[in-house]
Amino acid sequence: MVSRFDGMFDNSAEIRGYNLKVSKKVLFAVACILLAFIALGLEVTLGKADIGFFESYEIIWNHIAGNIPTDPEGIQKDEIVWDLRIPRALGAFLIGCVLAVCGAAMQSIMKNPLADPYTTGISSGAGFGAILAISVGFCIIPGVTGYNAIVIDAFVFSLIPMLAIVAISRLKNASPTSMILAGLGVMYTFSAMTSMMMLVADPQDHKTAYVWNIGTVGAVTWDNLVFIVAAALIAVAFMQAMAKNINILAMSDSDARALGLDANRIRIAILAVTAVTVAMAVSFTGSIGFIGLLAPHIVRIFIGSDNRYLIPASAAFGGMLLLYSDCIAKSVGVTGVPVGVITAALGGPLFMYILFRHRKRIWG
Amino acid sequence: MRVKIDGMEFGYSSVPVLHDVTLDLDGPQFVTVIGPNGVGKSTLIHCINKILKPRGGTVMINDVDVSEMKLKDVAKTVGYVPYTSTDTFPLSVVDTVLMGRSPHTGWRPKESDLEIVYNILKMLGIDHLADRPFNELSAGQHQKVMLARGLAQDPEILLLDEPTSNLDIRHQLEVTSILRELSRHKDLLVIMISHDINISAKFSDKVILLKDGTIYAAGTPEEVVTSENIRAAYGVDSQVVPDEGRPHVILKSPLGWEEQLARLIPHGKESGE
Repeated sequence: MVSRFDGMFDNSAEIRGYNLKVSKKVLFAVACILLAFIALGLEVTLGKADIGFFESYEIIWNHIAGNIPTDPEGIQKDEIVWDLRIPRALGAFLIGCVLAVCGAAMQSIMKNPLADPYTTGISSGAGFGAILAISVGFCIIPGVTGYNAIVIDAFVFSLIPMLAIVAISRLKNASPTSMILAGLGVMYTFSAMTSMMMLVADPQDHKTAYVWNIGTVGAVTWDNLVFIVAAALIAVAFMQAMAKNINILAMSDSDARALGLDANRIRIAILAVTAVTVAMAVSFTGSIGFIGLLAPHIVRIFIGSDNRYLIPASAAFGGMLLLYSDCIAKSVGVTGVPVGVITAALGGPLFMYILFRHRKRIWG
Repeated sequence: MRVKIDGMEFGYSSVPVLHDVTLDLDGPQFVTVIGPNGVGKSTLIHCINKILKPRGGTVMINDVDVSEMKLKDVAKTVGYVPYTSTDTFPLSVVDTVLMGRSPHTGWRPKESDLEIVYNILKMLGIDHLADRPFNELSAGQHQKVMLARGLAQDPEILLLDEPTSNLDIRHQLEVTSILRELSRHKDLLVIMISHDINISAKFSDKVILLKDGTIYAAGTPEEVVTSENIRAAYGVDSQVVPDEGRPHVILKSPLGWEEQLARLIPHGKESGE
């Protein structure tokens, strides 16, 4: 390509400096993945059956290598690790990835640091779907009952707020702010309907619905992990492919057009991918809060706001954060608590801390 | 490089903004657009690079109708420097300018794009700001970074929406001089909105004066910047004197000032009495 600004100066030193900065950003993501690998061992160790930290890696490695033990104790440990704890750990990591990546994208395209994947109203829709299945046993697909009904209803209803936002923005060519307000409108409507259902529901169902609303990764199995893996792959790949455009959308819509992008179309595409992938991921676990809001902000402190690096680093960091949160969730009390409690309990104070400490430099 | 506008009109729903705009700019030159507030200066340049869609008439860039061009192809030919730019999550100056390469690159920029960005930063004398966060810059630096982003689009035509409005006189002169030199030495058709008639008259090859949503006068500074035109377009009495071969405007008073003064200071109570 010939540019009128080619070959004017020697920029080798500057470009070396730039690439060095990029390497540091990549290093941050790699460090997060290494920390997540440590958390994996921790997660597998925690639980009723006594399995050591290093033993857990050994069991995982032996299983992958095909050396499944033959003694009864070994078989039992292999089953506990492989059938129960590994899916949960992978689920936690991947759901963290989805929430953080979509959170990073949402904050930029909405030009709003308070945006997160649930800004589209996903959690309120999903919550309503869940209570509908739990209390009256209704399922969108006739004949499905129990846990599957919760998952299906949660997924379908979580997409309704998104559709409302898209419809409104199609009609009025809405700004990000009015999209957020539309999301809030739908959220309050669903919350009211959920409260109404809770009032008439059997008290027995309250706890199930309550736990679902907080979010727990305990329900992840190899069967539903497939969907979570798919959600993570789609979310990370799509947002990474869009990263350059997301940077531009964080400026103004007219800037975006001047740089060759139809801002509204890209915004809607990103909203849609967020809604579908987050719904796919959290329908099995309930709405886990704070990761989508918090992870991108923490990553910004370390590597800045360039989405080309923010997105993959948020994936790594969000995954790691949810995995560690679940380690804590598992070890609290006798039976452990839903991970959503931990993310909120950690997230609130941590968030306030970084807000006061770093506000000026990271946020405009 | 050519911008040809023929009978263009634009309006927001029922409110007409521009009408019967016809204009033909061909070849590298420095053009300024002047006119009173709300006359449609920004609207005019936004219609050139498809930020806005005209309601009627045609806009052609290099003899191609922009309504048939993709946004991305327009962005490769027409650079844009906004009036102000806010950034919720500020990037470094390099990465901000790198966005200008966006129409030319795939999903990630290459080393050659970084070369171009650093060349432009050095050319504008702001390479020392390269690693600074965009939001920590002064207004003057801000404008230069936005200018760098527009240039990074490597355009044939550069549109600027009042790039000097927030600048002190020194930076105003500096940025405007840079633009004029760029039009000469980098073969650019520069179209800049200006709110300062004198700066416009001093530097432009061509001045376009808008009034009531259409072009009132267009031509060399001598032809356009006259006390009659200023009186008609702005409603201001002025005296225009020559200065180094260019018209220079000395402002006098707004039309209807006597009546305004009478309302401000009722009869018989004038100051000094």
